[in-house]
Amino acid sequence: MLNALLAAGWSAPVVDYHAIAPEMVLAGGLVLLLLLDLFLSDAKKWVLTPVASFTLLGAFIPVLTVALGTEGARSMFDGRYVVDDFSLVLKALFLLAGYVVVLISADHIREGNYYEGEYWFLLLTSILGMVMMASSRDLVSIFVALEFLSIPAYMMAAWRKRDPKSNEAGIKYYLLGVFASAVMLYGMSLLYGISGSTKLTDIGTALGENLTSIRALAVLFVVVGFAFKVSAVPFHTWAPDTYEGAPTPVTAFLSVASKAAGFVALVTVVFVAVPGSHEVWQPVFWILSALTMTVGNVMALRQTNIVRMLAYSSVAQGGFILMPLAVAGIEGVQQAALRSVVTYLLLYAATNLGVFGIVIAVARKTRSGEISSYGGLFGYAPGLAALMTIFMASLAGIPPLGGWFGKFTAFQALISAGTNWSYALAVVGAVNSVVAFGYYGNVLREMWMKPAPHGDTSPVKVPSAIGVALAITGGSTLVLGVLPGLVIHFGDLAGLTGALGG
Amino acid sequence: MEVLSDHNWVLSVGTFLPLVGVLIMLFIPKGEEALNKAVGLGTAVATLAVGIFTMIQFDYGKAGEMQFVAQTEWISVIKSSYLIGVDGISLPLYFLSMVITVLVMIYSWDHVPSPGNPKAFFILMLVLQTGMAGTFIARDLILFFVFFELVLLPMYFMIGVWGGENRQYASLKFFLYTMFGSALMLVAFLALFFKTGAESFSIPYLVENGGAIAKNVQVWIFAGMFVGFAVKVPMFPFHTWLPDAHTQAPTQGSVILAAILLKLGTYGFVRIAIPILPEAAKEWAPWIGLLSVIGIIYGALGCLAQTDMKRLIAFSSVAHMGFVMLGISTLTPFGLNAAMFGMVAHGLITGMLFFLAGSVKERYHTLEIKRLSGMLKQMPRLGWILGFCAMASLGLPGLAGFWGEFPAILSAYQPADGLPVETFRTFMVVAALGTVLAAGYLLWLYQRTAFGEPTAEFAPGHGHDEDIHDVGTFEWIAWTPLLVAIVVFGVYPQLMFKVLDPAVKVALKAFGS
Repeated sequence: MLNALLAAGWSAPVVDYHAIAPEMVLAGGLVLLLLLDLFLSDAKKWVLTPVASFTLLGAFIPVLTVALGTEGARSMFDGRYVVDDFSLVLKALFLLAGYVVVLISADHIREGNYYEGEYWFLLLTSILGMVMMASSRDLVSIFVALEFLSIPAYMMAAWRKRDPKSNEAGIKYYLLGVFASAVMLYGMSLLYGISGSTKLTDIGTALGENLTSIRALAVLFVVVGFAFKVSAVPFHTWAPDTYEGAPTPVTAFLSVASKAAGFVALVTVVFVAVPGSHEVWQPVFWILSALTMTVGNVMALRQTNIVRMLAYSSVAQGGFILMPLAVAGIEGVQQAALRSVVTYLLLYAATNLGVFGIVIAVARKTRSGEISSYGGLFGYAPGLAALMTIFMASLAGIPPLGGWFGKFTAFQALISAGTNWSYALAVVGAVNSVVAFGYYGNVLREMWMKPAPHGDTSPVKVPSAIGVALAITGGSTLVLGVLPGLVIHFGDLAGLTGALGG
Repeated sequence: MEVLSDHNWVLSVGTFLPLVGVLIMLFIPKGEEALNKAVGLGTAVATLAVGIFTMIQFDYGKAGEMQFVAQTEWISVIKSSYLIGVDGISLPLYFLSMVITVLVMIYSWDHVPSPGNPKAFFILMLVLQTGMAGTFIARDLILFFVFFELVLLPMYFMIGVWGGENRQYASLKFFLYTMFGSALMLVAFLALFFKTGAESFSIPYLVENGGAIAKNVQVWIFAGMFVGFAVKVPMFPFHTWLPDAHTQAPTQGSVILAAILLKLGTYGFVRIAIPILPEAAKEWAPWIGLLSVIGIIYGALGCLAQTDMKRLIAFSSVAHMGFVMLGISTLTPFGLNAAMFGMVAHGLITGMLFFLAGSVKERYHTLEIKRLSGMLKQMPRLGWILGFCAMASLGLPGLAGFWGEFPAILSAYQPADGLPVETFRTFMVVAALGTVLAAGYLLWLYQRTAFGEPTAEFAPGHGHDEDIHDVGTFEWIAWTPLLVAIVVFGVYPQLMFKVLDPAVKVALKAFGS
């Protein structure tokens, strides 16, 4: 065996260093952080924050240069790692989202007297995993990327190590995450067994349109595994507890970047590896989507804690993102569905990070997570209240704020399918988008129409880092809502499939 | 489409100018109340000036065609473009929205409702103005949808922050009803888009190609739009948000709501639903007619049962919009002309009535009809204006209300070909009965509040009359234009009909008229 391998000879794979420069910059930054943390005295640990943020911005530069290049999709390692438009957009999303998370974490982590160095190290590791996920086109690399991004996140969720709630958050997230990985891995092993390859395109060719029970089982297991990751109902039970217990910036990171990474892996596998098995996954997505948004909404209506409410809101938003996948197997709908998922993820990221920025800024003053602590905010902090209004309205999908366009593309993809099932899901989605205003509007009502609790109207001091984060997220929520054309052409299927041949 | 005028910037400027004012106001501190009000009002006046310029430049000989058309790419991936224009149908409403905003701002100069904060209040009114004007000029469904929704949040806050005691409930109800309607409307728009070949969201394109959709599909798409527009109008049985919203809203909110926002719904029927889906419109027309007359009678009976003056006026809106929808449901040029006229007339008259209700509330601190009496004695001018508006509202010939109501009833005598004549004639009779009820509740209201002696608690010398004074300066400035317009359009309705008629005929081209 070994002899046979040796006899076959080995040639080093061609590595396109330009294309994987973002990953390398991130890896370099990680090492630097680790070393600095080791040798710096506590008083100088503040250096780590700029190092983390500059690493992320530094990794963003090659993403831009590759995107502006004219070479089209770049494929490496026998087509198992691909840098195309699809992955570039998502890499940009992960890096920028990571940058915003750094901005909103900086003061939180420093003031909490936490382990700063380790925090930045884990955060960047997780982002590296996400960036890898966007390019992975192979079951093994997808799985490695997934663990790469998840394991640091488990630890970050349990960051407040003397707080039982934070420990609970970490443990729950870890146990259910590992369980999901196991389910997914089982499905992946079946896929490998059927097709004899781990490369997604090979699996896609080998599976074709034929359906056997074993194939259906494989697809089902993989989908259910990812359903855990994107906290789709009924696999969402970890989300509210984890989101509430984890430090708020970590929650922001989990609910945006981590969720987006799950969706990226999901659409890659569904569109490239098992597109022919749509008779299995379409109904599954239909049910998951309808359940996810309905249950997420109904539960969110009952919450009094803002972070828990946002946790269920993020579950419900996941239902909207899943919506077009319920019809994505129908000829001619694929592109619209993929475009919708990517567009929705981008707009949702901008808005939801902004929401958490506000939550962190306000909690610095009120020291409370209750929705009622937002009472009178419009009176004493009109700027924050106006921004929060923009974010909440965007999440509720009210034009002309970013979120509406995500919902619009989801409805568009559904209705272009033109089947009775798609219309039914569209109506479910329409009703749900109205119900959602119940809890988003609740926050607005507190801020605008209720008095401040205890009459405390001292101003809210917003640290400059959070201010920058709010400017970025608020600006993009507004601009992308009015001119959504800026994002939508990124999510073309041409990007995803164009690379398959190469 | 032929561009009729070189001035195709005027609509965009007229629509977005208020947002420039908003930007400026964002940088003015909250404490500078007078400056904030001045910038807000100044912006509204400048916008009105652009509106007047539009009116002057409009080619009235070609009122049936789109003018000042501008088109540029917007969201090309979903085939939606920034396509705007006005014709005889949209011009009066477009202009009315600008006039109302200016008048409401003048009125707000010394009437900012509790809890104050004129900066936010004026900003919201300016955003509302952009949404309203934009809805009337949009010639692309997605653009229309965005503007249509843009008015939601400002009005939500206006009711919820500056409203009456029950404001939070009323604002949420208003919001949820409208949002539910527009969500279904959006689904209908998308279905329309794909059923016409997924080519374009532009209304002219859809008008050309919508008729080719199979009839049963048309009926369903129309149903989605119907819910969206009918909630906004509001038609029976979607009207229940309206009395709450109107009663709780601050005066300014009620005026804008009555004068413009309700028209977004009826305008949607005239501009989008009926021209694009003529077959479905015919199927639905008898049902729309039925709901309209139910609304007329139900609204009138509701009025008779009210003990609160503002709530009474709100219910009268349900009845009046019933007449408008009855005119629309006949699908004849005659009926549609009446409906369009009725929209503007209702905007002027009911807007004025809400102004009056606000002023009465400010003076008496109550709107309970049985506690009000003898207004003509205490404030003769205000009392007379109230009488004038009540007459206009009940459709007295010679005032604007007549020309919306009477032709609408008459049009039901001969609906468009293919519609059940007997049914519509029955509607006509019922609607005519509705006018009798209208006279009843309005005259009864006037008799109870204006005639007689002031009630004991508000009689001079009892300590509760310190706020009671006659019409003030800002009120005169805000009201005079409306009162003049009510008389002018009442005496010379042709002024508006000649603008409307050509455009109405174009809108009803599919019905062979």
